[in-house]
Amino acid sequence: MSDPLFSVEDLRVSFHTDDGVVHAVDGISYTVQAGKTLGIVGESGSGKTVSSLTALGLTRSRRSQIEGRIMFDSQDMVTLEDDQLRQVRGNDMAMIFQDPLSALHPFYKVGSQLVEAMQAHRSLSRSAAKARAVELLDLVGIPDPKRRVVQYPHEFSGGMRQRAMIAMALANEPKLLIADEPTTALDVTVQAQILALLEDLQKRLGMAIIIITHDLGVVAEIADDIAVMYAGRIVERGSADEIFHHPQHPYTWGLLTSIPRLDNPRDEELVPIAGRPPSLINRPSGCHFHPRCPYVQEAHKRVDPRLEAVEGDGGSHVSACLLKTNVRTQIWEGLEAGREPESLQRMASASVGALAPPADASHLNLHGELESDAQLPGEEVQS
Amino acid sequence: MSTLIEVRELVKHFPIKKGIVIQRQIGAVKAVDGVSFDVEQGETLGIVGETGCGKSTTARLLCRLMDPTSGTVSFQGKNVAEQKGDALKALHRDMQMVFQDPYSSLNPRKTVGSIISDPFVIHNLYTGSGERKKRVQELMDRVGLNPEHYNRYPHEFSGGQRQRIGVARAIALEPKLLIADEPVSALDVSIQAQVLNLLRDLQRELGLTLIFIAHDLSVVRHMCDRVAVMYLGKVVELASSDVLYTTPRHPYTGALLSAVPVADPTGGKRERQLLTGDVPSPANPPSACRFHTRCPKAQPLCSDREPMLETKAGGGVAACHYPLTDEEVATRLPAALTRQRVRPASAEPSLPAAETQA
Repeated sequence: MSDPLFSVEDLRVSFHTDDGVVHAVDGISYTVQAGKTLGIVGESGSGKTVSSLTALGLTRSRRSQIEGRIMFDSQDMVTLEDDQLRQVRGNDMAMIFQDPLSALHPFYKVGSQLVEAMQAHRSLSRSAAKARAVELLDLVGIPDPKRRVVQYPHEFSGGMRQRAMIAMALANEPKLLIADEPTTALDVTVQAQILALLEDLQKRLGMAIIIITHDLGVVAEIADDIAVMYAGRIVERGSADEIFHHPQHPYTWGLLTSIPRLDNPRDEELVPIAGRPPSLINRPSGCHFHPRCPYVQEAHKRVDPRLEAVEGDGGSHVSACLLKTNVRTQIWEGLEAGREPESLQRMASASVGALAPPADASHLNLHGELESDAQLPGEEVQS
Repeated sequence: MSTLIEVRELVKHFPIKKGIVIQRQIGAVKAVDGVSFDVEQGETLGIVGETGCGKSTTARLLCRLMDPTSGTVSFQGKNVAEQKGDALKALHRDMQMVFQDPYSSLNPRKTVGSIISDPFVIHNLYTGSGERKKRVQELMDRVGLNPEHYNRYPHEFSGGQRQRIGVARAIALEPKLLIADEPVSALDVSIQAQVLNLLRDLQRELGLTLIFIAHDLSVVRHMCDRVAVMYLGKVVELASSDVLYTTPRHPYTGALLSAVPVADPTGGKRERQLLTGDVPSPANPPSACRFHTRCPKAQPLCSDREPMLETKAGGGVAACHYPLTDEEVATRLPAALTRQRVRPASAEPSLPAAETQA
C-alpha cells in the first residue's frame, strides 16, 4: 500500500482544568489512505472529536498539552507554526462541524462566507469567487443556488445548512475532509441524502474522509475502516467488515447489541451497556472499560490492555482486550445467537480462571458455579 | 381489548398573523390536519415522520396541552377537549408525558425528590408524613435511580439518568396512557437501550398503553405493535409493525425505510430510493396528496384528488392512489430487512465447543 495521506501516531491530548487533568485523547494511532473513508465511533466524551480538532490545530491553548505526531502531506500538524497551519486548514484539510446552525455565522450571507473561505487561500477576484460559490451550492444539491447564495443561514433548513457547510469545506478541494457527526441533527431522509452526497463527492474528487459519529448504521453505510474509541483510546480498529462481522472488544459488542436493528427479530431484547462513560479525569484502573464490562475478570482491573492484532484476521484488525481470542469469538457467536449474557459471562470467567487463577478467591464466589461445575470448558482447556 | 383513546379528524392550525396593532390572519401553519386513529388498551402505537410533520403537536393535543382547532379526542369515552377544571385534572392523572429533552424538561432549581413528588402535590396524594418521600423513593428505585439521591439536583445526573427522572415523574400517578415524545433521541447509543428496556418493562408491569413518538425507525419497530406514519400533518400509513416494515404500501414509508442506515456493511446494500429536497412548508402544503411533489410514483391524479386511507394488500391502511407493489418493496428496502437474520435453531448453550477450538 502507498504511504497514507494522513496518519496519527500515538497522539495524546490533555487539558488542565481546575478539577484536574482531563486525558481527552490517550495514545491513539490510525492512518487514512487517499480516497478512503475512516469511521470513528464512540460515545460522547470518548475523545473522538478532540482527536480530529487537534489535527486542525484547534485544541492548541495554554492549558492543553499535545504529544505525538499527526502527519499530513509530510508535515507534522502538531508542531507546525500557526501561520503555516492556517494555510493547511480549510485548504488541504477541511472540517464539517456537527451543528450547522452554530457553525455558520448568522450575520453574514451564506455566499459571503463561502467567498471568504476561498479568498483566504487563493487569490481570486470577488466575482469569480461568487460564481464559484454558486457552483458549489449547486454541487452539494441546493436547489436554486443563485437565489440561495445571497440568503442568510436562518433562511436555510437544517439539511440545507449542513449542505452549505459541506460546500464551504469543499471550497478549496481538500485532500482530507473531517466530518464530525455530519448527520446527527438530521432526519433519516436528509441523512441518506447527505451520506450519498459525501460518497459521490469522494468518488469525483478522490478525497479521504474521516467521519466521526455514534451511529453504527452510518459508519456501516459509508466507512471502509472503523476505529472504536472509548475513554480517549482506540479499543478496536479494523475494516468495516471485520468490526461488524467479528468484533473483538466487549465495548464494540455492547454498541452492536444495544441498538435495535431492522434486520433482527422484532421481539429481541436489547442488551444495553451498563453504567455510563467514565470521567476522563479519574479513569478506571487497568482496562478502562472494566467497570462496565460484563466479562470482566479480577486481573482486568489491574492490567492495562494494549492493541494487539486479532489472530486469524489480517494484521489490520486490532483490539485491546484481555480476554483470549477464542473465548471472544465464542462470546460474540453466543451474542449473535441471542444467548443469555450470563452463560457467556460464565464462559469468560472459566477461561480466565484456567489461565491465571485470580489472586483473591472472593471473585470466584461471584460466579459460584465455577467451583462446583467441573464440566466447564475452561478447566478442560488447561488439562 | 377495549379502545382507550379515539382520535377523529383532529386538526390544529397555528394562525400566521400580519400587522402590529390591527392584526389579521393571513394564513395558517397546518401542523395537524385531519388525523384519525384508535389506540387499544395496553398496546404501543408508534408515530414516525420527519421533523415538522406534526408528531409532537399530535401528542400535545392528545393530552390537551394544546386545544385543537377542530376534531375530537376521546379518552375512555370522554371528549378531552370539553373537559374543564377538576375533570381535566382527573383526566391528566391518567395520561402522562415523557419529553424529548431531559435537560430542559426538569426544573434545575428543584431537587429530584420534589420534581417527582410534584404530581402528588398537584393531586393531593400521599399526604401522611413521610409517605410521599417513601413513594418517591420507591419510584426512583423502580426506574433504576439510587433512592438516596433524593435530595440531588438535575445537573448532578447524566442524560440517561435525567430521562429516568422524567419517566419516574410520568408514572408517579400510575397513568393509563404514557406518551413518550422522542424519549431517547437526545441520549447516547449505549444509554438509549437502557431507557427503551425500562419503558418496555414498565409497560408490562403496569399495563400501560404507550404512544411512542420517534423519528428513528428501528427504535419504533423495536418498541411498537402498530405504527402510524405521518407526513405534513396527515397520517399516510397505519399498520402493524410486522406489516409496515416488511410490506410498506405508501411510497413515503418506502422512502423512509430505504433511508435507514443498516448496521451491516454487506446486508444493507439496496437500490436507495432517495427523496429529493425538503419537506414542503406546512403553511402552504401541496394540493391533494401532499407527498406528490417528492413522490417517485406521482401521476397527474395525485395532484388532483386526495387519496383516502384505505386498506391495502397486506392488511395495513395507506393513503395512496398508487401503492408500492411487492416487487418495488423488494428492490428498495435494505436487503437485510426482507431477509431477516436467522437465529441458529439450537439456542441451547453449547459450551463444550470451547475445547475443540482451544
